Amino acid sequence: MTIMNPHLKFQSQAVAKPYFVFALMLFVGQILFGLIMGLQYVVGDFLFPLIPFNVARMVHTNLLIVWLLFGFMGAAYYLIPEEADRELHSPKLAILLFWVFAAAGVLTILGYLFVPYAGLAAMTGNDLLPTMGREFLEQPTITKMGIVVVALGFLYNIGMTLLKGRKTTISMVMMTGLIGLAVFFLFSFYNPENLARDKYYWWFVVHLWVEGVWELIMGAMLAFVLIKITGVDREVVEKWLYVIIAMALITGLLGMGHHFFFIGAPEVWLWVGSIFSALEPIPFFAMVLFAFTMVGNRRRQHPNRAATLWAKGTTVTAFFGAGVWGFLHTLAPVNFYTHGSQLTAAHGHLAFYGAYAMIVMTLISYAMPRLRGLGEAPDERAQTVEIWGFWLMTLSMVAITLFLTAAGVVQVQLQRLPMDGTAMSFMNTVDQLAVFFWLRLAAGVVFLIGLICYLYSFKQRARATARDEAAAAVSA
Amino acid sequence: MSETFTKSMARNIYFGGSVFFFLVLLALTYHTEQTLPERSNESEMNESVVRGKAVWENNNCIGCHSLLGEGAYFAPELGNVFTRRGEDAAFKPFLHAWMKAQPLGIPGRRAMPQFNLTEQEVDDMAEFLKWTSKIDTNDWPPNKEG
Repeated sequence: MTIMNPHLKFQSQAVAKPYFVFALMLFVGQILFGLIMGLQYVVGDFLFPLIPFNVARMVHTNLLIVWLLFGFMGAAYYLIPEEADRELHSPKLAILLFWVFAAAGVLTILGYLFVPYAGLAAMTGNDLLPTMGREFLEQPTITKMGIVVVALGFLYNIGMTLLKGRKTTISMVMMTGLIGLAVFFLFSFYNPENLARDKYYWWFVVHLWVEGVWELIMGAMLAFVLIKITGVDREVVEKWLYVIIAMALITGLLGMGHHFFFIGAPEVWLWVGSIFSALEPIPFFAMVLFAFTMVGNRRRQHPNRAATLWAKGTTVTAFFGAGVWGFLHTLAPVNFYTHGSQLTAAHGHLAFYGAYAMIVMTLISYAMPRLRGLGEAPDERAQTVEIWGFWLMTLSMVAITLFLTAAGVVQVQLQRLPMDGTAMSFMNTVDQLAVFFWLRLAAGVVFLIGLICYLYSFKQRARATARDEAAAAVSA
Repeated sequence: MSETFTKSMARNIYFGGSVFFFLVLLALTYHTEQTLPERSNESEMNESVVRGKAVWENNNCIGCHSLLGEGAYFAPELGNVFTRRGEDAAFKPFLHAWMKAQPLGIPGRRAMPQFNLTEQEVDDMAEFLKWTSKIDTNDWPPNKEG
């Protein structure tokens, strides 16, 4: 950071850049492993025994979680100084933690790929404090401890920045969400011997993240970008933000009950989970209204069209993915037949992409041109390529969701609805679903093309600056 | 939103609402804890069951299978595999034979790795899956195909 970047309000915001770049690299890895799994769904022995399905899936989901965490951290390092109206407490600590987290992440993924899982568990002393082998929490215990250390250092850094600076609603909500993220992750260290109890508290990490505190993070990031690109009065934006996060927690905390229907928890959850999770689309719908109202009432025409599109797009896609597709199978009498079917996979894909992948890309779209010293927005051509990436990725993810939904409906018809004796076995059922899985794979390939398009838009921007600088030099 | 609905009203709903519903969640968690031992037959959870759960976790079985409907959906549900595969007399011999036979090597079929489990580990896993099948899951799954 020897050269001043005139497009940053505070120079220490620049630490966000490596976080965003690395997040996108992991995103590419996630998609490649997604395609491997997509093929394994129809050609069952593809890459077997080199990369068995369970390994590919672990890499796919863990890369997702880690790249989103990198995205959230990058977002915090970018927006907290600007909101607090002062430099980041310690840019050096932020860079150090970047390398620690990146190294731990890469080592863990390499461990998944090159060491049999049982060997990895033995090597890392899982017997001393068993935390491994549970969905999404597959990381060796030592990696989990590393995540806690990184999270503490990160929270200290942005917390000090916030304490010494201006406290806005956006930064306080972002901070609350990030602290919640760290606190609920601690449940990953609790692995009771009783499977029913284990499953119950496992959701305190998984559900209270994605249907709880992550919505605070998403809301804060969205509010920050909307203020910047629309110029709408902060007072109005903050009122919306409070309404959204109030609805998120009021519906989401007890909405967790929709995971407790059939895992051994008592019957009261059938009612509580159904009622509250039926309300969970409300905060996502409020985000749609929020984004479109703010853009509609904008006080300025921001030159970054792509960022505006991402901001609107994330709310709509999250509403359909998390809200509508969640509601489809959330009522207990419906979920009795759909629990753990391809419908769950359909919902998971659109919800994660719409809410969390897209909000991170919204912030990247807004912040990257500034971080790279290009100004408020990349040039028109780069934006056009980025917008192509937006539509290709978003529409192909919608297609993936629709194909998986169709697969889920047929699966329920064949395997779940009939009585014993007439119901089809799982393995025979998946054979019947092959056509949907092939179509899903094709949509996955389009997603990859969209992602390449999106990444290519960054190259365009760099060239554009070089050209602009050359033009400036000529005219001077 | 209208001017009569102010930011501080929104903030109060946020604080009040989240604290209230978090307390309700704690109360329901207490209730859940009270009922879990009976619903999961905790008294029958012997050492073999506990070891079996560790075998299940250390081999990342959840990466392909689902257990009580949670996990990957790439391979069959195993929460009720005990009832699906013959119950008491037949289940343990079945599981031993099944684990030994992997991978089946049928071209194009989804393949399960050979985990090289010891006899003891397979026995423990059988106990774990048997115990799991008796958890009161509000009658899920709808039929024995899981």
